[in-house]
Amino acid sequence: MHVSRREVLRDGAAAGFGMSASMLLGRQAKAADDIAVGSILDATGPINIYGLPMIDATKFAVDAINQSGGVLGRKLRLIEADCQSNNQVYAQNALKLILDDKVSVLMGGITSASREAVRPVVDKYSAAYFYNEQYEGGVCDKLVFCTGVTPAQQLGVLVPWAAKQHGKKFYTLAADYNYGHISADWVKVYLKAAGGELSGEEFIPLDVVNFDSVIQRLQSAKPDVIMSLLVGGNHIAFYRQFAAAGLKEKMAIVSATFGLGNEQVVLKPQEAEGIVVIYPYFQELDNAVNKDWVAAWRKRFGANYTYVTDSACTVWNGWHLWAMAVNKANSLDRDKVIAALETGLTFDSPEGTIRLDPKSHHVVHSVHLAKVNNKNGFSIMESFANVEPSDTMKVCDLTANPNEHKQYTPKF
Amino acid sequence: MEYLVVTLIGVIFAIASLVLLALGLAIIYGMMGVINLAQGEFIMLGAYTVVLSSAHGLDLWVGMALAPVVVGLVGLLVERCIVRFLYGRLLDTMLATWGLSLCLIAAVTLILGPSTEGVATPFGHVAIGGYVVSTYNLFVIAATGFLVALTWGLFNRTRFGLIARGAMQNADMVAVLGIHPPTIYMITFALGSALAGLAGAIMAPLTGVVPSLGLAFVAKVFITVTVGGAAIFSGTLGAGTLLGAIESAVSFVSTPIYGQVAMLGSALVVLRFAPQGISGLWRRSD
Amino acid sequence: MAPVRLSVLEPLLWAAGAVALAVVPFALSTFQVVQITVFLIFCLLAVSLDLSWGLAGLLSFGQAAFFGLGGYAYAILCANDETPGVALAAGTVAGGVAAGLLGYIAFYGRLSTMFLAVTTLVVTLILLQVLGSTADPSYHVGAAVLGGYNGMTNIPPLLHEPTPFFWTAGGLLFLVIVSGRLLMAAPFGRILAAIRENERRVELLGYDVRGHKLAIFALSGAIAGLAGALFASWGGFINPEVFSLAQSAQVVIWVLVGGRGSLYGAAIGALLVQAMTQYLGYIGTAYTTLVLGALLVSFVLMMPNGLLPTFLRGLSSIGIRQR
Repeated sequence: MHVSRREVLRDGAAAGFGMSASMLLGRQAKAADDIAVGSILDATGPINIYGLPMIDATKFAVDAINQSGGVLGRKLRLIEADCQSNNQVYAQNALKLILDDKVSVLMGGITSASREAVRPVVDKYSAAYFYNEQYEGGVCDKLVFCTGVTPAQQLGVLVPWAAKQHGKKFYTLAADYNYGHISADWVKVYLKAAGGELSGEEFIPLDVVNFDSVIQRLQSAKPDVIMSLLVGGNHIAFYRQFAAAGLKEKMAIVSATFGLGNEQVVLKPQEAEGIVVIYPYFQELDNAVNKDWVAAWRKRFGANYTYVTDSACTVWNGWHLWAMAVNKANSLDRDKVIAALETGLTFDSPEGTIRLDPKSHHVVHSVHLAKVNNKNGFSIMESFANVEPSDTMKVCDLTANPNEHKQYTPKF
Repeated sequence: MEYLVVTLIGVIFAIASLVLLALGLAIIYGMMGVINLAQGEFIMLGAYTVVLSSAHGLDLWVGMALAPVVVGLVGLLVERCIVRFLYGRLLDTMLATWGLSLCLIAAVTLILGPSTEGVATPFGHVAIGGYVVSTYNLFVIAATGFLVALTWGLFNRTRFGLIARGAMQNADMVAVLGIHPPTIYMITFALGSALAGLAGAIMAPLTGVVPSLGLAFVAKVFITVTVGGAAIFSGTLGAGTLLGAIESAVSFVSTPIYGQVAMLGSALVVLRFAPQGISGLWRRSD
Repeated sequence: MAPVRLSVLEPLLWAAGAVALAVVPFALSTFQVVQITVFLIFCLLAVSLDLSWGLAGLLSFGQAAFFGLGGYAYAILCANDETPGVALAAGTVAGGVAAGLLGYIAFYGRLSTMFLAVTTLVVTLILLQVLGSTADPSYHVGAAVLGGYNGMTNIPPLLHEPTPFFWTAGGLLFLVIVSGRLLMAAPFGRILAAIRENERRVELLGYDVRGHKLAIFALSGAIAGLAGALFASWGGFINPEVFSLAQSAQVVIWVLVGGRGSLYGAAIGALLVQAMTQYLGYIGTAYTTLVLGALLVSFVLMMPNGLLPTFLRGLSSIGIRQR
């Protein structure tokens, strides 16, 4: 194939122009004394079901902090990166934000795998890092603050409630990855304490959409309660196929994961109605802080916003806790900020009052039991305040052991 | 006894859904040697067609009839703009369709958002002894059988099918006889896409319809088609039966994890002993 | 594609490359050094595929698998208090042995090229499933807990300082490319090129075709394993995502974009695609994958032979002679 001289020059010029133009576009206007802060989340790729509301919440939180005067009288300049649901891109973006943009705090990560790809970078270059998402618990790292809800906070309340409400025979369906396994182990612990029995436990790979065999085994086992720890778009198929088999009236479903990925929106009301879940935050929470918060959210992002998720509130909490700590420490120095974060800060979150536990770097949440209603949302049933992340608190004491940088997995 | 019947229905359902999803790619690959890595996204688009038409008040079945038309048109567009230039270049079509798959997922997410209300499973359920089976599963089995028979009839009993098979075996000869092979390829690609769309539409009431729906299927479908080999119908049916049966049987006996590993393992074993795929066992390779 | 004859210019290119690698870290910030190091590691992975595919015509989707096995081997040995240097060697050996095993089954079982591709893909997916299922702490190798989908983290690095590690990764890449080019011009490489063109003829001429294919495939696996160990050292983490369909396709995409057969093309392709992916994510919009996908499609349509061959052909048509 003969390539003409003209073609090569034209193509080369186009490529070169395109590259340099796009490099210039990336630059944001820097004000003289603003504070760079970083956020790494997934706007694209399969994880963006969780990521997109979290990205919105990040912008919402940073703008709110700036509107109320910023931090130390200075505005925050948010630098965001999209990690495309790819762990290695997480590591690279963490590096860029920490080393190149020199952010004062890094927030982000959605899956535990992404957090574990970011933590080595954070540890090596000693940056403060907030992981604002529900996860399996156990991270014990001086530089890391995990503001999401952990299994003890959900299952410690949900399991005894379900055993009392529906019956003592449980069957666990868990997504086959770390969170699913660890949560399933906690289910066994709390079930035993509640005097129940586990008639079956299954781990389902994340890309399974055919639940025939599972549903058949459920019909053989006839549990009172199905404890669902299923995660992701593909696992939504279970709820659909379960309802199609007419089993919704026969077995109750409770879950610590349903709703994180807007399952209640994707399923039709008659398929999901009645499923009981437990989270720190629901869009429907009826307190003054939340009412204003949701109204402001809708004003900013549209009245038809799909659903303000628990992860979004967790992100909001994380940013505000950090901002409070910086103001309290009256400094951006990392060690001083971490010390301020370890003073037992409390914050009036849309979920209720929360407290950052100094020793474990995790948050004491208010959790609420709710069930799926017929309007693609939730109806709150009962609220519990001051539920501690006892799973992590039992093993992690960072004020006594400040040099820890690991994740504990519970041994039962 | 009834446990066995229900298990058997489950296994046949697994086979049927695999064949249904793989049929479109089998035609595209078998007829034109194109590996369309965006096939999963065509399936996803078919599912979304049903979801969106339902959201606008149209009956479920209208949506299902619309899906192959919509996705067939998308396939036509893709063929004209991209695939047409890449015939004979297997790896380049893989690369281009991989890029296309990224674009399609991103486009759907940007336009529709990541969470859209889906469609519930119709038809209710039927009791078999102490067990209940969703009636829709039986519908899927019947629909797959019907579609396979229809497509087989199209390719083996109509004039179009004759020309298409001729173009597959010897494009130059067909051209000499006065028929333009690129047109045949275009129609065949559109047909394969339409089938994928229909498969997605049929699967839509069974699962959560999200933009990344296709990713759960693409590896399985790709493996089924290559294990099946060049013979479109006998190969795909053979591979679908073998792999689908093994995956679901092992899932029923133990857990879905082992089912998946068993399916992948048996694909390896088949390829070891039948490098041209299953169809190589009963057909000369050319 | 005719067998390679090294031109006079090439050793000059090597000298320039060596100098550049030695000097460049002093001109760059710490971040840039660390960033480019991982690009060099990916270049190494791409070159490993080009050795097996571009040179010998053996398309493998398994380079990601050998990469991942190398990474896990490094992580496991380091967690068991082995010195990182030994762990690095172990990663290389792990990749080579795995490739050798797979190659033995494929070539001595006379699988066709297309089915080598599918087989390596299936094996990679099996590894994904298996390693993803190791979340329970009871899955461990000595003191190394495999960690399921979270993988293993806080892996000790080979070298703590960025610049020496940059030199190590860059130096290894340099060594592999130079040796690879020399290999291509040597009789061994010429036989492989002939096998790529017409296997039967080479067999009839009396050469041990299967042995040659096995050798190059094992070598490419070893290099991929080395890249994997370097990656685990770079990031301090390794998880089953390396065994995904996306990662396996990515390696093939790098070589396709850069152009196969020259080794330089593969490295350029990896560098370009990864830099683009990283950059698109950093400017942080929701259009990342859309743009990446569109770029890939336009690329295939406009530059089907890959970047380097098109560029070189363009150079020669402008009037810059290649020799």
